[in-house]
Amino acid sequence: MYTQGLDAKTEQSAQPSPRLVTEQEAALQGRFQERVDAEEKIEPRDWMPEGYRRTLVRQISQHAHSEIVGMLPEGNWITRAPTLRRKVALLAKVQDEGGHGLYLYSAAETLGVSRDELVGQLLSGKAKYSSIFNYPTPTWADIGAIGWLVDGAAIMNQVPLCRCSYGPYARAMVRICREESFHQRQGYELMLALAQGTAEQKRMAQDALNRWWWPSLMMFGPSDDQSAHSAQNMAWKIKRFSNDELRQRFVDATVPQAEFLGLTIPDPELRFNAETGHYEFGAIDWTEFNEILKGNGPCNRERIEARRKAWDDGAWVREAAVAHAAKRKQRAMKKAG
Amino acid sequence: MDRKDWPLFEIFIRPKNGLSHKHVGSLHAADARMALDNARDVYTRRGEGVSIWAVPASSIAASDPSEKASLFDPADDKVYRHPTFYDIPADVKNI
Repeated sequence: MYTQGLDAKTEQSAQPSPRLVTEQEAALQGRFQERVDAEEKIEPRDWMPEGYRRTLVRQISQHAHSEIVGMLPEGNWITRAPTLRRKVALLAKVQDEGGHGLYLYSAAETLGVSRDELVGQLLSGKAKYSSIFNYPTPTWADIGAIGWLVDGAAIMNQVPLCRCSYGPYARAMVRICREESFHQRQGYELMLALAQGTAEQKRMAQDALNRWWWPSLMMFGPSDDQSAHSAQNMAWKIKRFSNDELRQRFVDATVPQAEFLGLTIPDPELRFNAETGHYEFGAIDWTEFNEILKGNGPCNRERIEARRKAWDDGAWVREAAVAHAAKRKQRAMKKAG
Repeated sequence: MDRKDWPLFEIFIRPKNGLSHKHVGSLHAADARMALDNARDVYTRRGEGVSIWAVPASSIAASDPSEKASLFDPADDKVYRHPTFYDIPADVKNI
């Protein structure tokens, strides 16, 4: 579902390695940058700077974790979807998110980290994932708001990643973006049904918009002047547009959609600037964002607990698969005599 | 073998008969049969294919990118392997 600029400037990983760069390494780095500048893709076994590899492992694994944790807030409503049509759509969407997690873990593994290492980082609470999934989904309208706003923001962020300089990540993103477009549409359709329904349904839709609007804007990550890796990631063509640029695009695309629904964006300072052709919006409360990243959001603990429980409860399935594979191999060998 | 040793499989899909299998990604599975089942669920949720290959990643021999020059350069100066190398008068048709 989504990747986010989670790296605030204070983070340890932002510190450059103290190691001296040798002449030979400098030459390799120069050649690497030339390839990136020429829009050549970098593939797993190509030489790459250590920082490039580290940044990609961090970003791709955070992205993968976000897909997996992102299944939880929506999974909450699968058994209570109001109609069979909504239920199959939600099931398919949640299943997609699981698949997206797998594509991304696979892409991260091409950089020399193991799946178990990455899953371990998520379960131990060491790894970060998108802040948005630490909010609760108390009403059915939240499912509409997630599809419309959260997936909408995700698409805005992810489409440029299809042109990322690292081949396996770019290819995974192409698949993900292709699948993601139904997610946003089903969410908007759901919001439309509520907005055109009874007064109570419309109130529910408005309430969901009120709760999801600001967290969705935060999905684009800290403002450009606060963002830790922006310049280097742009030079490496991991990132194509700045956080603020993408956020502005999202606001410009979404405000008219809210107007069509007859709902009000919860921002008294929101106004269209005819000169620039863009919507201007109020200040974002970054304290809330930082608290969530620190683990103090409304659902942080619950999410990680759910992932740990799923991992533990699934242990017997993993063991059974191994036993089954061994038995099958033995039988085949006996047959071959 | 414990979970950590689930081998990695590279997955190839034939989009439709008449086209070659194409690499789509990878996954871990306890054996090849389960790799095929998982690939069905992960990589063909929207009618992307009519046939799946699951190949143990350890069975793939790959050329070394650092030897790219010595491997592929020899082909670069052999322009006579291309049809445009040969001069045919414009009046001659169908060639």
